[in-house]
Amino acid sequence: MPDCIFAPYFPPEEPQKFANVHKIFGASNVSKLLNEVQPHQREDAVNSLAYEAEARIKDPVYGCVGAISVLQRQVIRLQKELDATNADLIRYTCNEMTTLHDGRRIGEASSTFSQSPSAYYYPSPWNNDPCAGDAGFHRGGGNHM
Amino acid sequence: MASSNSPCAACKFLRRKCQPECAFAPYFPPDQPQKFANVHRIFGASNVTKLLNDLHPHQREDAVNSLAYEAEMRLRDPVYGCVGVISLLQHQLRQLQVDLYCAKSELSRYQNLSINANHAFVGSESGAVGYQHQQNNNSGSAGIGTRDNSSYYQHHHHHHHHQFFPQQQMVRSFDGGSNYDASLLAMNISASLGQLNQLPAGGGDDRRTVNNPS
Repeated sequence: MPDCIFAPYFPPEEPQKFANVHKIFGASNVSKLLNEVQPHQREDAVNSLAYEAEARIKDPVYGCVGAISVLQRQVIRLQKELDATNADLIRYTCNEMTTLHDGRRIGEASSTFSQSPSAYYYPSPWNNDPCAGDAGFHRGGGNHM
Repeated sequence: MASSNSPCAACKFLRRKCQPECAFAPYFPPDQPQKFANVHRIFGASNVTKLLNDLHPHQREDAVNSLAYEAEMRLRDPVYGCVGVISLLQHQLRQLQVDLYCAKSELSRYQNLSINANHAFVGSESGAVGYQHQQNNNSGSAGIGTRDNSSYYQHHHHHHHHQFFPQQQMVRSFDGGSNYDASLLAMNISASLGQLNQLPAGGGDDRRTVNNPS
């Protein structure tokens, strides 16, 4: 149909894309979702829905949320390692400062202490993630916005 | 669990009697109405039923909770949903890798200075500290001691390439603004899905173990 909302985003040579999205979200839900975003954003919206649908088909229990859990744990781990390394650097820098006669610092260590911004813009899916900004949804459901 | 006079959130939303054998009742308690409302809006009740029926009973709670999370993220960000969260985390991870590499390189430089000082001045207390991180010394003395992040990233990127999603293109598109280039996103998504399959089982086992209510 000439005014089919799906046509620009589900080319005939990618039948699996629509099949996945239809299976997980349903055609009417996708149509509603697309109508709620600007036309220039619809392609990105469809592609992200297709990604989520495929991830859910491959992992019916966790879908793409599994990847989020893994990434969050990796971010926590690296942040801790960075904090520990910076703590060591502070110690070395203090040692350097106390041993200098004229009180000047050797090198510029301040750039090293730049840390990544807070890793938790989004709530963790799991409530036992100790550094999550939110309690998670294992018990908390959808009311923790 | 829904009692006879307290319908679950799903039945309340759907305005139907909550039967004792209601499939939704264990997962959508009446005190969390938003959870079912979100899931219903994004996935639809019948799709959720189908999804749950394909799973073992012990997997259903986690499945519902991950669907609820996805639905909430999609409502917060109708264009990218959870995929936006994944991109953000990947970006943070890459930034942390770069920062960590810089910090460790600088640390090894200080440690080398301490070792040299210890050699020059026998009995100096700072020398003892320098021997703790032999590995870092080896990597630090490779000659990469500048703040040229691009060379850092290229060297270090290959170390971690197999662990994380390989998303140099994603970095460019992410930094380019809030709108993804759609074809770039599609390419990266395929690559990400490939990497998803290669994630260590420990990540999955970890989360499953951690979230087992028993």
